[in-house]
Amino acid sequence: MKPAAVDYARPRSLSQALELLARPNTDARVIAGGQSLVAMMNLRVASPGLLVDIARLPDLGSVTEEDSTVFYGACVTHAMIEDRVGPDPSQGLMPKVAETLAYRAVRNRGTIGGSLALADPAAEWPAVLAALDATAIIEGWNGKKAVACKDFVTGIYETRLGAGEIIVAIWVPKLSPQARWGYVKLARKAGEFALSLAVAVRDPARGYARVVLGAADGPPLVLEATSRLCARGRVDAGAAREAIAADLARAADRQFDTFHRSLHATAALRALTQATQVAP
Amino acid sequence: MSAIRYRLNGADLSEEVAPRLSLADLLRERHNLTATHLGCEHGVCGACTVLVDGMPARACLMLAVTCDDRQIHSLEGLRDDPIIAALRDSFHRRHAVQCGFCTPAMLISARDLIQRGRAGSEAEIRQGLAGNLCRCTGYTNIVTAIAEAAKTVAAQGAAQGKQS
Repeated sequence: MKPAAVDYARPRSLSQALELLARPNTDARVIAGGQSLVAMMNLRVASPGLLVDIARLPDLGSVTEEDSTVFYGACVTHAMIEDRVGPDPSQGLMPKVAETLAYRAVRNRGTIGGSLALADPAAEWPAVLAALDATAIIEGWNGKKAVACKDFVTGIYETRLGAGEIIVAIWVPKLSPQARWGYVKLARKAGEFALSLAVAVRDPARGYARVVLGAADGPPLVLEATSRLCARGRVDAGAAREAIAADLARAADRQFDTFHRSLHATAALRALTQATQVAP
Repeated sequence: MSAIRYRLNGADLSEEVAPRLSLADLLRERHNLTATHLGCEHGVCGACTVLVDGMPARACLMLAVTCDDRQIHSLEGLRDDPIIAALRDSFHRRHAVQCGFCTPAMLISARDLIQRGRAGSEAEIRQGLAGNLCRCTGYTNIVTAIAEAAKTVAAQGAAQGKQS
C-alpha cells in the first residue's frame, strides 16, 4: 500500500526540530532512518501529519568517546555499528547484535535511536542497551533529561519519551577488557524479529552483571536472580535453570505460553553460559 | 510538494515530489526504471533494493523527499559495473533466474556482499541474502552463482570500491 498524504520538514538544527515538534495540532512525528515508520505508513498503521526529518542533523550521526563511555548519536545506523565505525564500548557485543538485526539494506538506514524510540517489543537495541546499562539522552523544548535504558521502555511501543521529545544520543559505559557477554537471538530466519532474545553482560572489574530478556511480551525484562548468578562467574547449570525459571515466574505481567517460556529459558541459559562458566 | 535535487544513475536531476512518494514509485512511475520491483512494500521481500549513496536500501522504505542531495543507483545504472557484469554472467550460466521478479535486487544485494567481502562461503552468502526473497528457485543456483562471481571478481582484482 501507499502512505497517506503527509507534510515534510527537514530542520537544520535540533532546536528547529524541537520547535516543529512543539507546534500544536500538527500530529508531527520524528523520522530518522524510517525503516519502521515508513513501513508502518505504507501499511497505514501510522498516518502522521508532519514528518520531521532528523537523519542529517549535525552531531546526531557520530560516535564519540570519553574516558569511560561512548556516545552514540541517535542517528548512528546499525550498519555503522556492525562495521565498527568509531569506538566500541561493548567488547564486540554491539557489532554482533547489529549484524543480526534485519537485513543489510535496512541496517544501512535504520538507526539505534529510532529502534529505541519505537520500542518494538521484539527489537534488539532496547534489551541490549538495558543489559549494557546504557542511558538515553533526551531533549525536548523544555530541556534535557537522561533516562536509564533499563527503565526507558514502559510497555509495548511505550516509552518515557514525552510529547515533542527526541532521543539525541545514547551513552554506553565501556566494558573492561576482562568483561564477557552472551547474546542469543532465536528466530526462524536470519534477520527476522526475535522469538526470544537474551543478553548477558558480566564485567567483574566494574562489579557489574546483568541478564536481560527481549521479545518478552513487554519491555525488556531484567532477570534479577539470573543476574546475581551471572555476577559469580562460575555457575552450576541446575542453579542457572532454577534462577531463570524463578525470574520468568516472577514476571507476573507477562503472558508466556509453554512454547515461549521454553524459548526464553533456553535463550537465557545460552546467553548466561556464554558470559560465564557453567558447570554441567 | 517538496523540491529535491539528486543524482540518478549518473544524471543530476531536480524535481518536485509529494512527501508521501516512495523512492520506488519515483523510479518506476516517473523515470520508467522498472528493474526496481515492488513486492511487499513493507521492507520484507527485498525486491525493491537499490543503492543510495552506494549502499543497498529498500526503495519502498525511503521517501523520495529524503533522497535530496543523495546519489541513487537502480540496476539500470549499474550496466557497466564490473561486479554486476560478473554476476550477470554467472547468473546466466548457473540458471539463477526463474520468474525474474527477485533478480534485479538479488544482483544489487549480491554485488554489495561481494564488495564488502561477505561472499566467502555458502553460509555467508545465504545469511547475506536473507533479506531478498525468491519464491521460485530455492536459492541453490543463486548462491552458487554468487559464489562463482565472487571468485571471478577476486581473480580480476576488481573487488574493492568500484562504483560507476
